[in-house]
Order: sequence, then structure tokens, then C-alpha cells
Amino acid sequence: MDLNSIWFWLIAVLIIGYAILDGFDFGVGVLSLFGRDEKERRIHFNAIGPVWDGNEVWLITGGGALFAAFPIVYATVFSGFYLALMLLLTALIFRAISFEFRNKVESPLWRRAWDFAFGFGSLLPAVLFGIAVGNILRGVPIDANGNFLGTFLGLLNPYSIGVGLLSLVLFTMHGSIYLATKSDGELRDRCQQWASHLWMGYVILYVIITVWTWLASPFLFEKSMNSPFFYIFMMVLLGTIVYLPVLLKAGKFNRAFFVSSLAIAMMLGQMALSLYPRLVPSSIDLRYSLTIYNASSSPLTLQTMLVIALIGVPIVIAYSIFIHYVFRGKVEITEESY
Amino acid sequence: MDALFLARLQFAFTIGFHFLFPPISIGLAWLLVIMEGLGWRKGDEGYVRMGKFFGKLLALTFAVGVATGIVMEFQFGTNWAVYSKFVGDIFGAPLAAEGIFAFFLESGFLGLYLFGRNKVSKGVHWFSILMVAVGATISAFWIIVANSWQQTPAGYVLRNGRAELTSFYDAVFNPSTVIRFLHTVDAALIAGAFFVAGIAAYLILKEKEVELAKRAMKIAVIFGLITSLLELMPFGHEHARQVARTQPEKFAAIEGMYTTQSGAPLIFFAIPFTKPLELKAKIELSGLLSWMTFGDVNAQIKGINEFPPENIPPLWLTFVSFHNMVVLGLYFIGVTLYAYIQLRRKKLFETTWLLKLFIWSIPLPLAACQLGWIAAEVGRQPWIVYGLLRTSEAHSPNVTAEEILFSIILFGLVYLLLGILYIYILVREVNHGPQSAKA
Repeated sequence: MDLNSIWFWLIAVLIIGYAILDGFDFGVGVLSLFGRDEKERRIHFNAIGPVWDGNEVWLITGGGALFAAFPIVYATVFSGFYLALMLLLTALIFRAISFEFRNKVESPLWRRAWDFAFGFGSLLPAVLFGIAVGNILRGVPIDANGNFLGTFLGLLNPYSIGVGLLSLVLFTMHGSIYLATKSDGELRDRCQQWASHLWMGYVILYVIITVWTWLASPFLFEKSMNSPFFYIFMMVLLGTIVYLPVLLKAGKFNRAFFVSSLAIAMMLGQMALSLYPRLVPSSIDLRYSLTIYNASSSPLTLQTMLVIALIGVPIVIAYSIFIHYVFRGKVEITEESY
Repeated sequence: MDALFLARLQFAFTIGFHFLFPPISIGLAWLLVIMEGLGWRKGDEGYVRMGKFFGKLLALTFAVGVATGIVMEFQFGTNWAVYSKFVGDIFGAPLAAEGIFAFFLESGFLGLYLFGRNKVSKGVHWFSILMVAVGATISAFWIIVANSWQQTPAGYVLRNGRAELTSFYDAVFNPSTVIRFLHTVDAALIAGAFFVAGIAAYLILKEKEVELAKRAMKIAVIFGLITSLLELMPFGHEHARQVARTQPEKFAAIEGMYTTQSGAPLIFFAIPFTKPLELKAKIELSGLLSWMTFGDVNAQIKGINEFPPENIPPLWLTFVSFHNMVVLGLYFIGVTLYAYIQLRRKKLFETTWLLKLFIWSIPLPLAACQLGWIAAEVGRQPWIVYGLLRTSEAHSPNVTAEEILFSIILFGLVYLLLGILYIYILVREVNHGPQSAKA
């Protein structure tokens, strides 16, 4: 595997890690909109309170890594998706500050306002990330010179909105399983129910989107279907889809959380596999696509970045596991809580 | 209004607002390392409450810093696509390194610090705030690396229509990185010292938790004095000498050298006029600038007249922002030195006017940071990468003026709200005092 391919897969891993980790944050945020009382909503906030910030770092690092490894993609896509990104950033800003601001004032009106900031600040990114992925899978209008010719409204096509819905449902399911691991009693029972219903929605949407993708972007399947990984990912994904409701019914939430994380990883892994070696297919002419070769940094930069990643990532993983281990178990509302 | 102007306006305004928060976070984190360390080693409950109180303010500041910082990570791509393509081979690596080496450390351990006080041992808890401070400082390092490369590019070759990396070491440790890093981080430490000192002074005057506030004030005054002195000498001085050698246009602009002179004077005060180019009401000491810069009172300093007009930075703004930053820097030394003397004479806490002055001085180091940043960045103009790429050629060609106007209004409103809420909550928390401090 050459350096460009290694970086393609490293960025895929960063995106998958981000989707799994901030995915459950988004899910919990969306569910908080349905929280019944103050006590319940505080459990939502505190279930992800100590970890959401670290999870968002995956996005920041992913952005930095994309800039470093594939600057042409970073520049073209980010400027092309301008308004969508500005909305995304605004939503992330409101979500980030809702944790610190909400608990500082007792007034119910104040708290409700931050509940909405948290809820919609989570819902909007969950949809927008899906829409972004949808547009990439569908291909975006890039001309021979690598310039983006699309518009904001062009991004809101039915297919991409469908993918946005899929990601919303998937993240909310993922979040409700996470919340079940963090809560007790009635809230946990409801999380169990939500997760089961959302699983149903997820399966239906997944089938629709897969068929739709086949029709809209047949080029995604041309090469990828020759790879054994395509079938491995597919089998594991099907396995998770079958296994998840069994675990939910049995109330084995920790394992269910692992399985839904695996489902996200397999789904995104399959998408990455079908895009490879393209990063952004062009809808004007596939030959204009941005690929891991025509959009990459120089070999020296890719090499240097690889060394940085090999030094840094193991350290990050080690202390992240330690921190998640410290905060294992159910949410307890103490004087330190949000 | 054209897209270029609006893109510049948005960048200046979003990064200026963001840059209010990291200096407090960095400075406060290091002061918390001291406070929590004292609490741990001495087993003193007072320091623990102090830590909880200021830790809460750190969490608040950090959150706004993160929220506004993520905009910066994306903005190079959204608004400066040509720039991103040109520098991506070099500029992206420090941003990614910041994520891997700094942000994970900072945010992971901040959670542990804030919520883990009763879950881990005291030693591990202290280690967690240390890692927050270290992470915040490493983060500053990589951002300074990226910015310094824009100022004094090195370790690259122009190839394939872009700057390509030839030596990572040379690019990271380009001629301005180390001194800029020391100068900027020390400024953040000063901001932290004045933040703690001002809040402690307020508590003393309000007669809330006076004993605890006095101890915090003492730490902050000593910390502030040391960092303020270091900022003038050697950091500020060496940084200026570096600019003189590597970016002579900028140096001439900030020092007000409009014509080349031997035995150039250091200008302490002047009112700059641009048409015609002239400094009025000058107070200067001749030969001093030459001596400070090159160690020789007769050394020649290049003036603005030596450079082609298309390569000259805006003169009024650079001169005014630089000089006001220096004035503030001297003020920080003066006020902390006097406070230290009063502390030694055991009169500090009775000197009401000085305590009041500290309260009003909380925003001044942040003002100095903003002014220094304006001098550095406006002084780099008309280049976005000094000598290689002009700002006027670097923005995203396919993002329209209307789109940028929309996002400026959007961020303008959001940041206005953020600023008001931050101050409102900060004042509220301080008024609650350490008594009711929750993490």
C-alpha cells in the first residue's frame, strides 16, 4: 500500500472514530429534546458531559489531517459546501456552550433555552454530516480544473437528504443505547424502546439508501465489489443488524453499544471502500474527480505526518481508555455535575 | 463590498474573538497547576476550594475557546481555498499535530480534572490539570508554528504551483517560531495572572472568602510580576530584533521608521499621519533603536522609503497597535511591581485603589494580546505568506460576497450573544464566590 492509500485509510479511521464517538453524543442530544423532567435532562447532559469534548477533537484532528494529507479536497469541499459548513459550525458552537452555560442559572426558562440549544445543536450536525456524505457518494460538480460549480441548494437533493435522515436515525439509535448504559429505571426502559424502534427505522432506511445508491452512483460498486473486504464488511454489518435487537431485548446494553459502534464502522468502511481511490467523485465527469493522487500533499509531508500519527495516536488511545474507564458506569448527579 | 474584503473581515473578527479566550485558558491552567499542587502537597482544604472555584471559570473559558476555535480549523478551507491549496503541504501538518498532541490531551484531562476529583487519587488529579496546562501550551506551539511559517517561511520549495515541504524541522523551527512562541505564551501567562489577581481583588473588596482570596492574589501578583518582566526582557525585545532581521518592512512600520536612518531613534510616542507620511508630536531618543536592534548606536535601520510601495504594510494601524501593546506591557510591570512591594510591606490588601485597579485591569492583557496580534498580522500585509503569496490572491474564488456577508452576520450575532453570556456567567460565578464552588 502506498503512502496516499495509507492516508486515505487513516482519515477514514478518523472519520469512523468521530462518527462512533460524537455519534452517540448527537444521539443523546437529540433524545434530550424528549426528556421528561429536569432530572432526566440532567442525566442526558451528564451522560456525555465528561467525554463529548474529547470526542469532538476527532473532528478537529480529522479536519487537520485532511488539510495536511489532501489539501485540495480540504480547500475544494469546504469552500464548496460553504453555507452548509457555516450552519454546522453554528450548531456545534451552541452545543459546546450549552454544557457550561445551562447549569449556571436556576431559572427554568434559561434551562429550557439551553436544552433547545443542546438538542438542535446535536440534531443539525447529525443530519448535515449525512447530507455531506450523501453528496460525496453522489458526486459533486467539479470541473476539469478542480473547481466546485455547485450551489447550496444543489446540496439539498433528495438522495442526500435521505442519507441525512439515515445518519440522524443511526446516531439517535446509537445514542439511546449509550444512554441506556448510563441510566437506570424508567429512563433506561424508554431508551431500550427507542433503540428498538430506531433500529427498525434504520434497517428500512439502510435498504432504501443502498438501493438508491446503486441506482444513483453505480460507479461506487464497479471496483469495490472485487474486493473481499466489501463482502467482509457486508457480512459483519448484516450480523450487527440481526444481533442488535437480540441484545436490546436481553438488556445487554454494553454489548449492544459495541455492536452499534461496529455497525457504524462497517457502514462507513464500506463507503470508504467504494470511494477508494477517489475522495470526491465529480458528477460532471468521473475523470475530474479528486483522488488520493491528484489531491494529495507531497510524499515527504505524507511521510512526516505518518510519523506524527504513529507517535501520537498510541498515546492518545492509552489515556483516552484510561479516562473512559474512570467515568465508566451509571451517571450520578453530584455537586460536580452539569 | 467585495468578497476579498469580507473574507478578511470575517477572518479578523472570528480569530480576534477566539483569541480572547485561549490566553486566559493557558494562563489560568498554569496558575491552577500551582494552586492544586499547593493543595495536594500541603493537604490544605483552602487551596482545594480555590482550585474548584477557578477550575469552574477555566471550564467556562475553555468551552467558549473550543466553540470559537473549531470555526478557525475550517475557515482556511471555506474562505481561503487558494491559500489552502498553496500552503496545504506545509500548513496542514501543524494543525493536525495540534489535534493529536494537544487537543486530545487538553480536553480529555479537563474532563478528568473537572469531574474526577473524587474518582482518582490526589496525585492523578493534580496530574490531570498539569496535562491540561501542558496540552494548552503545546496547542499554542503548533498554532504559532503555522502562523510563524506564514511570517518567515522556511523548509520549502516552490513546485507544482505550491509550496512543498523539503524539511519539516526547518519549517517548524523557522526563524520566528521559538521567539514568537515564548512571547505569545508568556502573554497568556500574564493574562492568567491578571485574571486571577483581578477576581481575587474583587473578592477581597467584597469581603468574601478574604483569606482565600488573599492567598490567590499573592500567587497571582508574584506570577504576574515575573511573567511581565520576562515579556519585556528577553521575549519582547528578542522578538522585535527577529522582526528587524526577517521582516524589515514590518519592523519599519511598527517602529515608525519612514526614512532610512543611521543612529535611528526609538520613538516612545507619536501621532502618525499617512498623507503625507509623517509622525507628529514625536517623543524619541536618538540612536536607541539602532542600539537595541543591532547593538550599535550608529547602525542603519531601513525605512519604509526603501521598499516598493506594493510591498508596504498599512502604516497607521501597525504603528498604533504596536506602541499601545508596549505601553500596556510596561503598565503590567509597573502595577505588579508596586503590588509586590506593597505585599512585602504587608499593605497590599489595605491599598483599596490598587485592588480596584486590578479589577479594572483584567481585560488589559487581552487587549495587549489583540494589539500584538494586529501588529504582527497587519504588519505581514500585503502578504498572506510573506514574500510568496499575496492576501489579495488567496481567498476562495467560488464563495460569493453574499455568502460571506451572511456568515459574518450569523457569526456576528452568535459571538455577540456568546460574549454577553460569557461575561454574565463569569460575573455571576465570581459573585457566588468560592463558598458555593462546584466543579
